[in-house]
Amino acid sequence: MITVQFFARYRETLGTDQEQLPWDDGLDSLEALRTRLVARGEGWSVLAERRLMCARNQDMCDLQEPLRDGDEVAFFPPVTGG
Amino acid sequence: MTIQVQTGTFDPGQMLNALHGRHAGVGASVAFVGYVRDFNDGEEVAGMLLEHYPGMTEKALQKIADEASRRWPLIRLDILHRVGRLEPGEPIVFVGVTSAHRDAAFEASHYVIDYLKTRAPFWKKEDTGAGPRWVEARDSDNAALDKWSAAQ
Repeated sequence: MITVQFFARYRETLGTDQEQLPWDDGLDSLEALRTRLVARGEGWSVLAERRLMCARNQDMCDLQEPLRDGDEVAFFPPVTGG
Repeated sequence: MTIQVQTGTFDPGQMLNALHGRHAGVGASVAFVGYVRDFNDGEEVAGMLLEHYPGMTEKALQKIADEASRRWPLIRLDILHRVGRLEPGEPIVFVGVTSAHRDAAFEASHYVIDYLKTRAPFWKKEDTGAGPRWVEARDSDNAALDKWSAAQ
């Protein structure tokens, strides 16, 4: 299983803050996971945004980052702290 | 080095004194304090909600602090960032650095706030007269990192 979390505007648009997905061989990168989620249509297209940021196991990464069973992934809009 | 994420407010003066800690080797301390403004992007702001990613937030701040400590000869580095409900005029963030000399303290504190703004998972949602809105990231915040890429 992988855990996917959503924050801020993405959390609101999707109406959920996290979900668990069974892992499979096709989910070999965060990009593959994003593509699968966007394919659900409607609100999920928010994850196709060019400025989307992501993290794997609580470290910021890019979409080419490999994905493994058991990972915690997060998708979020550009951060605005400070 | 302390990293804190908390909902309650803080006293910047107390933070600055704690940062110095009566350490006789300290020749300079530099503190950056960020505050909630009552106006942003053409709208009055009545307050804001600060969301974060518990767990990753602390980890991201620690990484930034570790890198600053690697680049400059620091004596102490403290970061405190608030989350939850904030009112105009309240402090949001404290970044404090001590060193033997001023250059390291100035540069390291600037480095930490620049990276915090672009690499730590916080999101601001403002209450404005036109309703709530998510604050958009500024391209200038990412551009601010360029000055550190060539350094040391």
